[in-house]
Amino acid sequence: MEATKKEHYLVVSVSPHVKSEETTSRIMWTVSLALLPAILSGLYFFGLKALFVTVLCILSCLVFEHLYMKVVDKTSVVSDGSAFLTGLLVGMNMPASLWSFSPFEVHIPIIASLVAIVITKQLFGGLGFNIFNPALMGRAFILICWPRPMTIWLHPTSSFLALDAKTTATPLGILKESGMTELMKVFGDKAGLYQHLLTGNVAGSIGETSAIALLIGGLFLLYKRYITWHIPVSFLGTVAILAWIFGGKEGLFTGDPIIHLLSGGLMLGAWFMATDYVTSPSMKKGQIIFGIGCGGLTMLIRLKGGFPEGVMFAILLMNCFAPLLDRGVKSKVFGLRKEAAK
Amino acid sequence: MGTATFKGGIHPPDKKELSAHSPITGAKPPKIVVIPLSQHAGAPCKPLVSIGQEVKKGEMIGEPGGFVSAPVHSSVSGKVIAIGEFQNAMGRMVNSVVIENDMKDEWTALKDSPDYMNLSADELKEKIKAAGIVGLGGAAFPTAVKLSPPKEKPIDAVVINGAECEPYLTADYRLMLEKPKEIVEGLKILMKVLNLEKGYIGIENNKPDAVAKMKEATAGEAGIEVLSLEVKYPQGAEKMLIKAVLGREVPSRGLPMDVGVVVQNVGTALSIYEAARFGKPLIERVVTVTGEGIREPKNLMVRVGTKISELVEECGGLKDEVAKVIAGGPMMGFALSSLDVPVTKGTSGILVLPEEGIVHAEDFSPCIRCGRCIDVCPMGLMPSMLSLLAEKGHYEDCKEYNLFDCFECGSCTFVCPSKRPIVQLVRVAKSMVKP
Repeated sequence: MEATKKEHYLVVSVSPHVKSEETTSRIMWTVSLALLPAILSGLYFFGLKALFVTVLCILSCLVFEHLYMKVVDKTSVVSDGSAFLTGLLVGMNMPASLWSFSPFEVHIPIIASLVAIVITKQLFGGLGFNIFNPALMGRAFILICWPRPMTIWLHPTSSFLALDAKTTATPLGILKESGMTELMKVFGDKAGLYQHLLTGNVAGSIGETSAIALLIGGLFLLYKRYITWHIPVSFLGTVAILAWIFGGKEGLFTGDPIIHLLSGGLMLGAWFMATDYVTSPSMKKGQIIFGIGCGGLTMLIRLKGGFPEGVMFAILLMNCFAPLLDRGVKSKVFGLRKEAAK
Repeated sequence: MGTATFKGGIHPPDKKELSAHSPITGAKPPKIVVIPLSQHAGAPCKPLVSIGQEVKKGEMIGEPGGFVSAPVHSSVSGKVIAIGEFQNAMGRMVNSVVIENDMKDEWTALKDSPDYMNLSADELKEKIKAAGIVGLGGAAFPTAVKLSPPKEKPIDAVVINGAECEPYLTADYRLMLEKPKEIVEGLKILMKVLNLEKGYIGIENNKPDAVAKMKEATAGEAGIEVLSLEVKYPQGAEKMLIKAVLGREVPSRGLPMDVGVVVQNVGTALSIYEAARFGKPLIERVVTVTGEGIREPKNLMVRVGTKISELVEECGGLKDEVAKVIAGGPMMGFALSSLDVPVTKGTSGILVLPEEGIVHAEDFSPCIRCGRCIDVCPMGLMPSMLSLLAEKGHYEDCKEYNLFDCFECGSCTFVCPSKRPIVQLVRVAKSMVKP
C-alpha cells in the first residue's frame, strides 16, 4: 500500500485514448509530394519562368495566409501545409508566360493567390469551410480579369533558361479554333499527339500538361488511400464517354476520347482539384454524382462553350452542389430500414 | 468460409502481446474491499448489512433495488467497517460497503448442484439472478434481465462474445485458453434457460489459439458453432457481433432481442456456469492490468472491491510519475482521476499509458471533410456532421443525423486527422437534447 502512496500525476481526458498518426498537415504535405512529378515536368518543359511563377504563388499564398491570421488575431497555422498546397496548385494552374515584366504581368499570379487564400478560403470561414476550391477560384478570377495574358502559352522545351520564349496554342485551343486536321498537322499523327500529351510536351498551364506525371501522383494518392477512385473515375469516365459520343465532326460516336482525356487541365483537375476534401461531397455516392457532373460540364464547355477548356468552371460549378449532395445522399444507417428513413 | 464481419471499423495497434502470454493468476487478497452497491446498469442495491457486522465470503450484502438490478455479495470474509459514499472508477460518489478482510476466506453456504443441467430453466435463471451476474464485457447489464425477454420478442440464438476487440485487453482471451469447457457449459446453460437450439461463439481471428481451444471444447456439442471473425474494432460491439455472426441487423435504437438474439461475454458465460454448478456469486473477475506504463503486465483474478492502486502495485507499479490510468480499454475506457477506487463487476482492464503515450485532446483543428470518420463509422453515421453541428451548438439538428444511433465506440475520433474530439461532441449533444 505504502509504495503506491508515491506522488503520481494522473492525466484525465475523454476516450478514445489512442489516436491514429494521421494529421491534417501530413495529408497536405503528402498531396504536395504527389504533385512533385507534375511540377518537375512543368519546370522541365517551361523552364525558369515556370519556376518563378510557381514559387511566387506559393510565397504569396503563405504570406496572405499569415497576414490574414494576424489581422483577425488568430494563431497562424501556415505550417499546416494547406496554404502551401493551395499556392502550389495556383502556380500549377498558371501559364509560365506570366513571368513577364514588359508588359508587366507578375502581379497577376499574386492576385490569383490573394483571391484564393483571402477571399475564397478565409472569408468563407477558413480551412474546412470554403465552398469553392481556392486555387481554381483564384485562377477563374484572373482568367476573367486578364483573359489575354492568361492565354499566352509558352512553347514547351524552348529552353530552360529562356526568358523570352516563343509562344504557341494549346492542343485543345487548336482543336477548338481550327479542328482536328490542323491538330494533326502540328503533331504529325495521333500517336505523336498522344505521346506529347502523355509526357507533357505541349503548351498549357505549368502543372497540367504531363498526363503521366499527374497519373503517377494520382495513383500514389489512391495507393495511400488519401483519395478514393470515386471522383477521378466518374469524372474521367464521363469525359471519355461524352467525348466519344459527341466529340467527333463526322457525327455521333466518332469522337476521340483519348485526346480529351489527356489534354487540358483534366488530369490535374480530376485527380487533385475535384478530390479536394473540403469542396467535394463526403459520401461515396455523392462523389460519383459529383464526378459525373464535373465530367458533363467539362465536355459541355469544351464542345459547346466559348472556352477551349472547361475543367476549372466545371469543378467550381460542382463545388456549389457538394453541400447539397452531402445532405441529399446520406449514409445508410445501420439498422435503419429504408421505409423508416425519411 | 471466410471470416465474418461488419461494414466500417478501424485497425488500432492491438498491443495484446504485452499481457497475452501471462496466465490468469489470483491477485493478492486485499486488506480492505470497497464494494459499490451500484456496479451495474439499473437500480442501485439496498444495503443488507450494518457497520460492525461480520460477513462471510459470498454473502449477499446488497439486495436488488428493482427489476433491472443485480444483488451484490461480499468478496471477502470479515467485518463491515463503513457504509457510505465512495468514489468509483467513473469519478462518481456511490453508496458502498467497506469490509475489512479477516484473511480467513470463509465462504458462506453455497448451493452446490452437480446435476445443474437437469434443473429447470426457471431454476437456472433464479441461480443466475441470485449470483448477481451482470455483463462482464463492460456495460454490466444484469444478465437475468437479458434472459427474461418479453413474450413478443422470441429469442432463437445466443452469441458468446469472445471478440475482445479493445486493444490491450486479454482477459477474455486468457479465459478462453484456460477455461474453455466452463465457458461452453455456461453457453449450454444459457441455451437451456432460453430454450434454444443454436449457440454461437464469435472470436476475432487474431486469437487463433483461442478459436482452436473453443472448437476443441465444443467438439460434439450439437448446435454450437465457433466463428472466427475479422480483426476489426469494434467487432465486439453487440450490434456488430450479431451482424458478423448471424447477418442480422439490430434495428436503429433497438436491442439484440429485437432480432431474436442474446449476447453474453465469455467471462459472463463462465460466471453463469459457476453460479449454476456451485452456486457461486459474482465476487471476482479477470482484470487485465497492462499498458506500456506498468512494469509487469498481468491477467489477474481480482475480487470485486479491490482498490486499483493495489493492482497497480502488484504489477510492479507505474513506470513514470505522469501517466494515464484507464479503467477498461483505450477506445471506450474511462481515465481515472484517482487510483483509490475499487474494481467492480464491469472492470475488464486497467490500462496504464506512460507519459509519452498520452494523446492530448485539447489541440484540434477544423474539420476538413475528408470523410474518414464516415468510412469507419460502424453505424453508418456522419460523425463529421455531428461534430460540426454539436460544435456550433445546433444540438437539435444532430438528431437529423441519427445522433442517438452512436454508441460512442470512438472509431471516428481515432481516425480524425484534425484530432477533433468527435465522440465528446456527440456526448455533449446527446446530453442537450431528448431522444
